[in-house]
Amino acid sequence: MTALQQALPLNGQATFFDPANCRGDHLLVAEMVAPGSKVLDVGCGEGDLLQLLESRGVDGRGIELSREGVNRCVAKGLAVVQGDADTDLANYPDDAFDYVILSQTLQATRQPRVVLEHLLRIGRRAIVSFPNFGYWKMRLQLLVGGHMPRTDNLPATWYDTPNIHFCTIKDFVQLCDEINVKMERAVALDLYGRPLRLNAPWWFWNLFGEQGIFLLSRGRHRDETK
Amino acid sequence: MVNVQSIKDAPGLADGRLREADHPSSQVALFGPDQPLRLDCGVDLAPFQIAYQTYGTLNADRSNAILVCHALTGDQHVANIHPVTGKPGWWETLVGPGRALDTDRYFIICSNVIGGCLGSTGPSSTNPATGKPWGLDFPVITIPDMVRAQAMLIDRLGIGTLFCVVGGSMGGMQALQWSVAYPERVFSALAIACSTRHSAQNIAFHELGRQAVMADPDWRQGRYFEQGTHPHRGLGVARMAAHITYLSDAALHRKFGRRMQDRDEPTFSFDADFQVESYLRHQGSSFVERFDANSYLYLTRAMDYFDIAADHDGVLAEAFRGTDTRFCVVSFTSDWLFPTTESRAIVHALNAGGARVSFAEIETDRGHDAFLLDVPEFLDIAGGFLQSAAAARGLPANGA
Repeated sequence: MTALQQALPLNGQATFFDPANCRGDHLLVAEMVAPGSKVLDVGCGEGDLLQLLESRGVDGRGIELSREGVNRCVAKGLAVVQGDADTDLANYPDDAFDYVILSQTLQATRQPRVVLEHLLRIGRRAIVSFPNFGYWKMRLQLLVGGHMPRTDNLPATWYDTPNIHFCTIKDFVQLCDEINVKMERAVALDLYGRPLRLNAPWWFWNLFGEQGIFLLSRGRHRDETK
Repeated sequence: MVNVQSIKDAPGLADGRLREADHPSSQVALFGPDQPLRLDCGVDLAPFQIAYQTYGTLNADRSNAILVCHALTGDQHVANIHPVTGKPGWWETLVGPGRALDTDRYFIICSNVIGGCLGSTGPSSTNPATGKPWGLDFPVITIPDMVRAQAMLIDRLGIGTLFCVVGGSMGGMQALQWSVAYPERVFSALAIACSTRHSAQNIAFHELGRQAVMADPDWRQGRYFEQGTHPHRGLGVARMAAHITYLSDAALHRKFGRRMQDRDEPTFSFDADFQVESYLRHQGSSFVERFDANSYLYLTRAMDYFDIAADHDGVLAEAFRGTDTRFCVVSFTSDWLFPTTESRAIVHALNAGGARVSFAEIETDRGHDAFLLDVPEFLDIAGGFLQSAAAARGLPANGA
């Protein structure tokens, strides 16, 4: 029996899901989602966030690139399809979901801007989280070490990383401005997944936030032109 | 003369086949002249009968019924010894106590399709107007006709909503057709290695098979029962060609390669020198023992005509708009008869229609036939999908 087969649940999702083991960023994302809403998780991995959301009465769907991830999700009873954020989001109709979530996946897409625009076309709101390349440890490694940064959360080397579009929190805020996306909530997390203090200025988050989580909605202009 | 071998017939089995056609070793639902089956070709078929098997127990709410739809050459004997071949049921990997389709928990129904040859009315059944087998007088049937007949059976069994409709290949087509024709009667649907429309390549393979049957002089314009012949060569060749499409290049290479059959040197004849030839001939011979040639013509034709989008102004998503059915679509990487692209098209349409859908592609080199085999990843996915659907349906965990 392979490791994958051993990991597949045999008794359905109810017996498998334990909210106590949830990741900090997943809990924060889940808190941003109104109960009873319809959610699409793009790049849902092995479905941990979807399980957390469904345990809170959310109608969750997922897209995942890796076959192994999809098959584990489906075996858990989750409504997940194999697909690619870069190519498959175009197939979803407008306003199909209340929220579209892109958790730790933006930096791995080929066209982050197009993906972001799709998120807010398919969903009335989008929740995006990504590792902050402006984090001080990253800056230090490049400045002092002179090599591409690697951290515990991003251990891959430059030549085998799936992450091809790193950005900083500042970069992301700028992109949102450019494509007229409204930022409803923003949270920066430290290395341990704890939120930084709320009233800190952007430069502080950009330097000390290990990752950022953003609740986005369509800007006014976009709605007017519809 | 060079040594020649061809498909062997098994004399005497024709009687068994004919007996099963009218008096099957199954439960039978009879529909009289007052309950005709409205066929897409415009004919009202009456009287007619449906042969079916059931496993497990229907619960008090009648909410735990699963309909299993069989593939082209399958039948209702999904999880019991076959009355003609004596072999185990064709889907015992999936159906049985503790399996994904748990007979301790669900009430499983499998019926022979209309047009089949194991007891549901088809071309080998006796035409009441003539007292002889229908032959080519039997009207051409479609996948929607098969599903309409199944719905009449489900009505007869007193079941309103099916907990799940499950099928692979032509069975998957029926599962999809069920969800489109009777969305309110299908709580969940598991469609495996199938498509919402038969591709040009698949129609081409079917035409090859039909022409092989009809080119056999023993076919006698479909009147072979009365004339005491049997087009076993034509049907055998049709099966051999079809069987290649159910496998894959990699699987054939792994199983047989270029290995010789019981010999070390080529015989310089048309004998079955290669293992793969011997295997194919065996597939052809064993198939003609249990299957009716005319049924093969009718059922392949039904698959050819299948096109759900065509019935919805060419827009597949329209067929699934607003559906509450929970879907699971499964494909296999090496299936070139119903490749993953076909399943992906179903998934896109279901997403566009707002349906709750899971889709998994299973990596295997076993081709289209993988859905019938012991592929643990597939069986886990089927089980997981049904578990979560059962929780949503409020079915208790152990038994009814």
